[in-house]
Parts: sequence; C-alpha cells; structure tokens
Amino acid sequence: MTATETKAGEGKTGTKVMTMLEAILDAMRTEMRNDDRVVVFGEDVGKKGGVFGATAGLFEEFGEKRCFDTPLSECGIIGAAIGMAVYGIRPIAEIQFLDFIYPAFDQIVSEAAKMRYRSGGEYTCPMVIRSPYGGGIRGGHYHSQSSEAYFCHTPGLKVVIPSTPADAKGLLIASIRDEDPVMFLEPKRIYRHGKGEVPLGEHVVPIGKARIAREGTDVTVLCYGAMVSVCEAAAATAAQAGRSVEIVDLRTLVPLDEATVFESVKKTGRCVVVYEAPKTCGYGAELSALLAEKCIEHLEGPIVRVAGFDTPFPYTLEHLYMPDEKRVLAGIEKTFTW
Amino acid sequence: MSLELLTILDQDGKAQKGKDPNLPAAELQKLYRLMVTTRALDDRGLALQRQGRIGFYLQSTGQEASHLGAAYALKDSDWLFPAYRQPGILLLRQVPIEKVICEWFGNAGDTSKGRQMPVHYSFRQANFVSISSPIGTQLTHAAGAGMAARMRGDDTVFMTFCGDGGTSSNDFHTGLNFAAVYKAPVVFVCENNGYAISVPSCKQTASESMAIKADAYGMPGVRVDGNDLLAVYRVCKEAVDRARRGDGPTLVETVTHRMASHSSSDDAARYRDAKDYEAWKKKDPIARFQLYLKHKKLWNDAFEKECVEGAKAAIQTAVNAAEAVANPGPETMFDDVYMNLTPQLKQQRQELHDLMLKGGVGAQVGHFPL
Ligand SMILES: Cc1ncc(C[n+]2csc(CCOP(=O)(O)OP(=O)(O)O)c2C)c(N)n1
Repeated sequence: MTATETKAGEGKTGTKVMTMLEAILDAMRTEMRNDDRVVVFGEDVGKKGGVFGATAGLFEEFGEKRCFDTPLSECGIIGAAIGMAVYGIRPIAEIQFLDFIYPAFDQIVSEAAKMRYRSGGEYTCPMVIRSPYGGGIRGGHYHSQSSEAYFCHTPGLKVVIPSTPADAKGLLIASIRDEDPVMFLEPKRIYRHGKGEVPLGEHVVPIGKARIAREGTDVTVLCYGAMVSVCEAAAATAAQAGRSVEIVDLRTLVPLDEATVFESVKKTGRCVVVYEAPKTCGYGAELSALLAEKCIEHLEGPIVRVAGFDTPFPYTLEHLYMPDEKRVLAGIEKTFTW
Repeated sequence: MSLELLTILDQDGKAQKGKDPNLPAAELQKLYRLMVTTRALDDRGLALQRQGRIGFYLQSTGQEASHLGAAYALKDSDWLFPAYRQPGILLLRQVPIEKVICEWFGNAGDTSKGRQMPVHYSFRQANFVSISSPIGTQLTHAAGAGMAARMRGDDTVFMTFCGDGGTSSNDFHTGLNFAAVYKAPVVFVCENNGYAISVPSCKQTASESMAIKADAYGMPGVRVDGNDLLAVYRVCKEAVDRARRGDGPTLVETVTHRMASHSSSDDAARYRDAKDYEAWKKKDPIARFQLYLKHKKLWNDAFEKECVEGAKAAIQTAVNAAEAVANPGPETMFDDVYMNLTPQLKQQRQELHDLMLKGGVGAQVGHFPL
C-alpha cells in the first residue's frame, strides 16, 4: 500500500494494529457511518456478530434495520440484495461460508452479473458479497473450498481477495463504493493470523491494482489470499539458496492488474502460480494462459502451477492437499530445472 | 388455520388414555437405553473436542426423543436421508459405536475414509445415506429416492430430516413439492429446535408453524411434541404407514429445543433466551420417558445404573479402539473422486508421493472455528 492510496486529510489519521477480521469489521463500520445506504445482512450476522465475528457490534451500533439476520437461504440473501441494489440501497450480503453460496449461484451469475448489460445500463447492481473461503482450518469438504474461479468466469462480477489486514479494509471499502457487484472473498485461514497496521478512518485500496509483496529478480510468484504468506515463507527459504523471488499479491482477480504481472514476469523470466483451488481450470490456469500469450518471449522456463489437487477438499489429509512452503519451493525449482 | 401440538406423555410421564401405542416392555427399555446412550455419546464427543482429540463436535442433546422416536417408526430396510443432528439413529440401527467414533477421528476405520469433518456419517449397511453440510439438500434426494422406489414397485419408505432453518432452504420447497407431486413414500421430519445457530425459528418464517406449510404442497402436516418419544413415534408411524400404502408424503414438525450450543464452535449463552432455556430444561425428553417407565414398573435404580454405566463403558471401549486406528494413507486422497483414477489424478498422486519422499510436505493447519 502506498501513501497515496489513503486519502490524506479525510477521516481520522493514524493507524491501529488489527487482525484481518478486525479490519473487515472496521471497513464496514466506517462505511456504514459514512453512508446510510449501506446495510449488512446474512445468517447470524446480528446478535451473534457473525460466526467468525466479522460483524460484531454492528447490530448494536446501527440497529436491526441496518444489520440483520435472514432466514437460512443464500438464494434469498443474494436475490434480496439484488433487489435492494437495483432500488438504490448498498447491500453487503454475508454468505457464511463460500461453500454454501451455490443455492444463490443463479442469482449471482444470471442476475447480479448481467443486470447492467442486459438492461443496457439502465439498471445496475452495486453490491458486495462477502464470504470466507479457503482451507487450512480443519473444516473438511464444506468449509474449505476455494471456488473463486466460478465467479472469475462470469463477466460482470469483480472478484477481490485481500491478503493483509490493511488491504482487507481498503479493498472492502473500495468494493462497497464500487458501482458493480463485487465478490469479496476472505481467506479465513488468516482471519486472525498476522496482525498488521491498518489506517484508521477512511482507507481505500483501489480495485484492480496488484501489490509487490516482495521484490526479487530471478523468478516471479503470483498468488493471492492465504497463499501469499506461504509464498513469502518459501521465498525466504529460497533466498538462502541464492534464489531471488519476487512475489506479486494479485489482490484483485477480476479485473486483473496485467501491467504489474507482465512487468514482473518480463523482469524475472520465470513464473510460478500458486492457488489453493483444484488445479484444473483454476484461476492459475488463466494466468498461465495469459503469460503464454503475452510474455512467452521473455520466459526462460515453464510456467509452473502449484495448486490443490483435483479432488474434493479432504478432511484428515488437508495438510497434504494445501500447497505449502515445500511445494512452492519445488515449483520454484521446476522453473529452473525442467 | 392452526395445528394443535400432539402429545401423549404429560410432564409427569403419564400417557393419555387411548393414545399410548403400548409398545412391548423390552422395546420401551431399549428405547430408553438408546436415548441415554445417545446423550452419553454426545457428551463424550464434546469432551473429546474440548480435549483437542477431535476437531469438531455437534450434539443432539434434548432432541433424543425427536429423532429416535421418528426413526423407530421405520423398518430396517427403510432408508434415511439425515441431517447432522440425529446420531441416535446410528445406535438404533446397530452401527458399532467404534465405527461412529472412527468418523470423529477421520481415521482409516471411518467408513468415509476421513474425507469429512466429524458427524458427517455415511453408513450404507444401515441405509443411512452420506450426510453433507449444505442445509436442506437431502430433502430433495429423499423425494427422488422415493420416486425411484415407486418406479421399481418397492415398498421402501424414506425418512429425511431438517431443522427449522432448513425450512428456508430452496430444497425444502423443491423436496416437498416433488415428493407430493409424485406421491413419493417420504416422511419429512423437521426438528424445530428453536434455533438455526443464533437465529430463532420465529425469524425463519412468518407462518404459524412449520407443519402448516405442508398444506400448500398438498400433503398432511403434523405438529408433535418432540420431547415426547411416544407421540413422535406414533405420528411418524402413521406417516410411514401412509407412505408405504402409496398415499404419499407427510411433513412432521417435532417441536423441541436445542439444549446445547449449535456446535463445539458456538456459545449459545451469547444469544439464547435464558428464561426459555430454563423452561425447556424441565421438559427433558429422557426424564419424561423415565417417569413413564417408572409408572409401568420398567425402571428402577438398578436399571438406570445399568443403562448409564453400560453406555459409558461401551463408549470408553470404542474410544480406546478408535483412537488407536491410524489415519488414512496419503494416497487415499485420490481415490473415490471417480470410480477409476483419471490419468491426471494418477500423475498428481505420483507428484505428492515424490514430494513426500523428499520430505517435509504438509502445511500446518489451524482449527475449525464453526
Ligand atoms: C446452505 C447452508 N448455509 C449455511 C450453512 C451454515 N450452517 C450450518 S448449520 C446452520 C443452522 C442450521 O439450522 P437448522 O436447520 O435449524 O438446524 P439445527 O442446526 O438447528 O439442527 C447454518 C446456518 C450451511 N451448512 N448450509
């Protein structure tokens, strides 16, 4: 995050050390204070404050009109959010786990994503769908999946995934202010890990801009969400072996910051793409294809994907399913020796 | 239109005249023992989670009569499409406790090979179909299975469960609608236990009850005291008989209460109505059934001791045995995605194998928070 991304002079100054969860809550609180059109709803977001605590205190501060529990229906949550957005409210719809979003899939891909296009721009759907996603918490099949690719494959949706507390806040505020529907996917594995400094008050990180999480010269690692810290650990180890790794944290999958990605890969000439989802047709497949199209003449080795296996998400063997430091390192080596 | 709440046993365990199904003494004692064992199993599950020996647990405390009374109305050849809060049915269907506990550990002794988080059982031998987490999906499966049985001319009956939250799911509508249109032999049991995690059942629907919804689908709906084993049994037996006769599905709403938190990740003290909770404590289904047995001279201290101690001992033996079972091997991760491994999966299995040979692969993972 650069200084210019925080609007100087607006809101309070200073920072506070927060977890990602606290930063997400802070973003919603800030925007709800800022804009009375913003409402938050979903399952257990009211009195309980969300199953992870992401909405803790919003019900108390803003009342049931602006932070409320819904019946147990994801289809209802998203369908209603679309109606509200079309009418002029700014809904933040929480889906308790991304694994449970499918009853709303039709509403998302057929309705929210296409409202602007199909009405020739007459009607729009500015809304945020927040949902924890990803593995690493011993949640088994239905509390661990990374299904971002389904949404990236749907024109009309923006897809945002933060990897640090400060980005989580800044990107969420940007998402709430965006004029299009945004899938804001939260890597729950790092909800409470890795505290970081988060600017107080207004803090906007623009959608569509990647972040260089670590500078390097020999190989680029593209990643997002909970995989960023795994890649950072791998890069530190690789450095000891004399490999200089550059890490690009994508932050936004759609629209992708192609300029930053291409610039890095052209500089290093090598690329590893890391994601938790099943390998086949995952978001990394798109990245690999793009690089093959746009950067092939700069590449000195194969583009390597380090990803989840092509199986449903396991419970007991989760630790072997998830890409870890060793697998990322092995991927890095493959770009040098093939 | 409002539906009365059907009850047989009053709070003192006295059966209303003419309504007692008059089950044989041995069966009554068996049912009592099953409820006691179910509760002991749930207590042990939570304790193991608290000790960090298993990753997650979810209790059915307070709902023993609701699910046992319902499933007791079935024949063993009838099928279940359960939700996740009916563990007593496994005991009723004589699944060995050790197998149940292997599932908690997700080890190699688990019928589902450690693929799912605790309490998501699959026991084909007991006609107990694999549980998934997404709420409500099983309701439509039961309708489809019922349609299939009719196509084949079988007289199998299908019982499926959901909570009050489940009635808001898309599949509640679809499942009931399909079952009614095709006269599928299905008994839908909605265990209305007052909450869906923190959301009270009054926020799920503006209907006066869950059972009343049956009317709109063209099937009978019945409301029954879910803490009264005999009443639940009786109502479900009628529904099962009706289904078997070819007269179609029934929706049964068992009015009960979730006496524990939603799961090991939840703390109900933060949101539940304390007065309500205290009132429900006095309606404990096991205590009420115990009084009934006492009136019938089928219960005394020695029997109680035998039930409680017997359950504890059986569970302890099962825990010891299950905990000693190893985890499934890494290679098993790739099995059962399809009937046969695809070339890609073979390759990926080899890749993992090679990486493991080099050593050290396997991320540290955290703990499940819900
Ligand atoms: C489709 C879906 N959405 C959300 C969840 C998360 N979740 C798990 S249990 C639960 C509450 C279910 O309540 P209810 O149906 O009343 O059953 P109970 O837990 O009370 O037995 C929720 C919201 C889920 N499993 N599936």
